[in-house]
This record gives sequence, C-alpha cells and structure tokens, in this order.
Amino acid sequence: MSYNRMELMICVAARNLEDESIVVVGTGAPCAAAMLAQKTSAPNLTVFFEAGGMGPQLPSMPISVGDSRTFHKALAASSMPEVMETCQRGMVDYTFIGGAQIDMYGNVNSTIIGSDYHAPKVRLPGSGGANDLASLCWRTMVMTQHTRRRLVEKCDFITTPGYLTGPGAREAAGLPAGTGPYKVITDLCVAGFDEETCRMKVESVHPGVTRKDVEENTSFELLWDDNLGITEPPNEEELRILRNEVDPYRYIIGRA
Amino acid sequence: MLRATSTDGALFVNPDPDEAREFFRRKSRKMVNKVMTVKEAVRELVHDGDYIAVGGFGAIRIPTAVLHEIVRQRKKHLGLSGHTATHDCQILAAGECFDRCDIAYVVGLEARGLSMASRRVFERGMVKAVEWTNAALAWRYKAAAMGIPFIPARVMLGTDTAKYSSFKEIECPYTKIKLAALPALYPDVGIIHVHRSDVYGNCQIDGIKISDEDIARASKRVIITTERLVPHDDIRQNPECTVIPYYCVDAVIEVPYGSYPGNMPYEYYSDEEHLNEWLTAEREGRLDEFLEQYIYGTEDFYEYLQLCGGLKKITQLRNQEFLIEGIYT
Repeated sequence: MSYNRMELMICVAARNLEDESIVVVGTGAPCAAAMLAQKTSAPNLTVFFEAGGMGPQLPSMPISVGDSRTFHKALAASSMPEVMETCQRGMVDYTFIGGAQIDMYGNVNSTIIGSDYHAPKVRLPGSGGANDLASLCWRTMVMTQHTRRRLVEKCDFITTPGYLTGPGAREAAGLPAGTGPYKVITDLCVAGFDEETCRMKVESVHPGVTRKDVEENTSFELLWDDNLGITEPPNEEELRILRNEVDPYRYIIGRA
Repeated sequence: MLRATSTDGALFVNPDPDEAREFFRRKSRKMVNKVMTVKEAVRELVHDGDYIAVGGFGAIRIPTAVLHEIVRQRKKHLGLSGHTATHDCQILAAGECFDRCDIAYVVGLEARGLSMASRRVFERGMVKAVEWTNAALAWRYKAAAMGIPFIPARVMLGTDTAKYSSFKEIECPYTKIKLAALPALYPDVGIIHVHRSDVYGNCQIDGIKISDEDIARASKRVIITTERLVPHDDIRQNPECTVIPYYCVDAVIEVPYGSYPGNMPYEYYSDEEHLNEWLTAEREGRLDEFLEQYIYGTEDFYEYLQLCGGLKKITQLRNQEFLIEGIYT
C-alpha cells in the first residue's frame, strides 16, 4: 500500500506513544499522531492541550490548541495553569513541539530568524508553550521536514531547551532531571539522542532513503546507531484509520 | 548564543505587592450596575500608555469589540501582554496601538500562518520586546492574583528565551535547586469575554478558562464583554460556575457574538474565511483599506458583524460549533 511521507511520520510518532500515558500536543501532525495512537496501539492514551483541554474525544482536527474541539466530551475543561502545573509536577510523559530550526542537541528555535534580536529578518511567534512543555514533560518529540535550513549547526535563537550544550547542561541550568528530547521524526529518518554525548543519533532511515540523503540534508554531523534500521512503513490498518477517521479532509496528510 | 544588550530585561509593570494592595484597598466593592457601552468603557478605562492583558486564547473567546474600539479610538503606547496572542495581537498591531510587549506567543495565528502586520511592528523595532513563555505569563498573572511579588518555576532556564527575558534566577531555600523567579504581572486593564454576566460583573465562563481567572484578579481594572447579560438570580442559582466575582470588574457590556471572528465554545466556531481574508489583505498590502472598511469605517461591533454576514454567518458558525453538517453550503 503506498503512503506519503507525512503519513509515515504520523504513524511513527503514534507508535512512540505508550498506552496509559499522558501527552500534550498542539495542532497538526502531533495531534493526528495522538489520535491515531488512541485508535491503534494506545487506546488509553490521555491527550492534553495547553489551553486547558484534558482528555477530549476529538471529533475532528482542531484548528487551534484552545478551540472547542480540544475539550469536546473531555475529562475536564480546565485552564492553562492546570495543564502546565501537571507537567511541572511530573505527570506528563510526552510532548511534541515544533519550530523553524533544531540543532544536534535538540535545541529548538521558534523566536527569530537572523542574527540580531532587535532587528530580526523574520519575527516568529516565540515560545508559546514549547519551552514550558520541553522543560517539564519527561520526553519531548519533534516532527519536522528534514532540510539543511531546519537541521542547523547553530540555532539563531534557542527558544526551547534540548540538551543545551551537552551532557549535564539541562540539570546545571536548573531544569528537572530526567527530561529532554526523545525522538526527532523527520521525513527522511527517525533519530534519538546518544546517552553519552546527548547528540542526535539516527536510529532508522525511511524506506527508499539513503544515509547520504540524510547527511546531505543536515547541517551538522549526525551520529549513527550501530544497528541502523529501516523505518517500519505504515501498515494497512494504520493508513485506513489515519485516512478515514483521523484526517478525512486531508488537512495534515495532504501537506506532504 | 546571542548577545544580550542593555535594553533587555525590562520589567514593564511593577511587581510590588504592597503597591498593588494600596490600589486594591481603594478599589470599589460596591455591587452597582456597571453596564455601559464599549465606547464608554474604552474611553474611560483604557488610557494611552496603559498595560493591557487580553483574555481567551488568541482567536477563542476574545473580546473583539473592545479590541476594535481601542483601534478605533486610536489608543497609543499601550503595553501588551503577548500571552497566546494571535488575532488579538493582529488587531492591536494593525492599529499600531502598543509599543512594548511581554512576548510568549505573538505574530502567528497558529496553523493559519504569520500576520504580516504583526511581524512588521516587531521586525522594525516599533515595539520593545521581552521574551517569556505561555506558562511564565500565566504564572505571572497567578502571582499577582495571589498578591505575592514573584512565583518560582522550572521553565525558561538555560535558553536564549531567558537571556532576553527579565526574570531573575534564585536558589530554593529548601532544596537548593535553581528556579526562575517570575515577577508578578499586574496589568492596568484586563479585557475578557465571557458567556454570562450579571449587571454587577459576576461572570460565568463555559469550557476552558485559559488564564482568565488570574487575569481578572491580577488586573487593576477589568472590562467584561458578555454573550448575554443574565439576571442576578441566575448567578446565585449556580454559584459554583462563577469564575470572576463582581468586585474585580469595572465595566460590563453585553456583546452577543462578541468573540467573532474567534470561536466561542458552545456558541459558535471561528470564521476561518474572515480570518484568512484579514491575513490576505495584509499580505497583499491592502490592510489600510481593510481596516477602513471593517474598523475605522464602522460605528461599532454590530456594524462589523453585519458587514461580515450578520446572523446568517453566525448561524453557519453555530452549526459548525455543534458539528451539524449538511445544512449550509
């Protein structure tokens, strides 16, 4: 069965969410991944949205992380402090964040493009909840297109902490121990982070993608897993649910 | 990482809880009728130079009528709390109403894209900016609502967001861990749209509250727009639903469909067509014309709503909110 890269990324992200855990998502691909996980491998996954939606039965893809859909038939319609404090208390397992740039330590930029903060080439939205969620949730995942402009040697601005400058840096900065980037899911590969160096390490390349493709589209030196694999492609069941139930209007999967 | 300059680290609002207590000591507790017009509320309660906080979540449960009126009355030099600020930021940026901003989220409209008009005010240095995060601003409101000068938190640490912010790091006196000491944020004016209010300003909100319980308590003056004015007895029949008590509130205005073009939970969904029209006008350099048509050239929110399709449009958006399909095309 054929599939596009967005469908593959969403399926990979969904498989990384353990059943009976809690995830904070935004809109778009991460939300689709959480919805797919609930309908496949993680039926008891609880989804939070940072504006206060807790455990909705999502009837369709939300447009905003605060819109009515994010608390449709939910467990609770609470508040931003309630969600963020639950993360700070250590009860949220996963989050997904996005941005314009990511470096080898998983630091993410969503604030400015350019070298001068006071006169940026492009002013981006800023942290939103990204810095909070990546500081406080146990495992942070990033879904991104894989290009040299996105996977950069150095972020123009570190909005959201990955492993900062390497081993021990998060803890030294005061961030809760045991947190940090977990997976980076791109349209070319899936990467984790090396335990010793905290650097991004490719675990599998997608079917039809070579190691050279990945290297040529990355601006920093990647580490490679000794047991480098090929990403398990989406199966028929996943694709059927994704296309018919999760994103029937192809808002997300149509973007590939 | 970037070099921080001397302009960084501004605190736009004094976190001193005793100064705030002196203000709140004098704030009226009279349970009197506070109903007025949007025009009066903005004229009397929003002054040039004030620091404002907007409730809701960018394009969800926003006080559109008041934001438009701030632009229409050409208020200037406002400070803005850029907390989940999407369409609200876009409206105020279009009017060039603010010149300083605590940023958690600005410029963008989530998946809809970036607002060129908002980008412009930040990229051209028309706004003095300080970086924060959504939780940081939410907790800054909470510290103010609690009447304490700061609240410790475990966010922002170690990043450029911290470098371009203005909090100080502290060591916990008990555990010795590092913490961000987030300064209390007491806005001059909080502006919030709710589902129900009585004439005194006792308010009920359905669905998520976002940060509005704390904004209402932290702000020195509070302007409420409400979908419906309800009899005082309605509030007393369901007191557990009261989110904002009257003594926080200075003005109440009944503005049906007042969150349009934003989503109002359990009432109507967002008008994506109109939000897109706004973004397109910015992109194509027609913003002045657009503002003339929809804001400067209209008398009030009712006229704006009429221009946008009136009750027919709202009926469609109500159907969308309730997931009723196949009625409209």
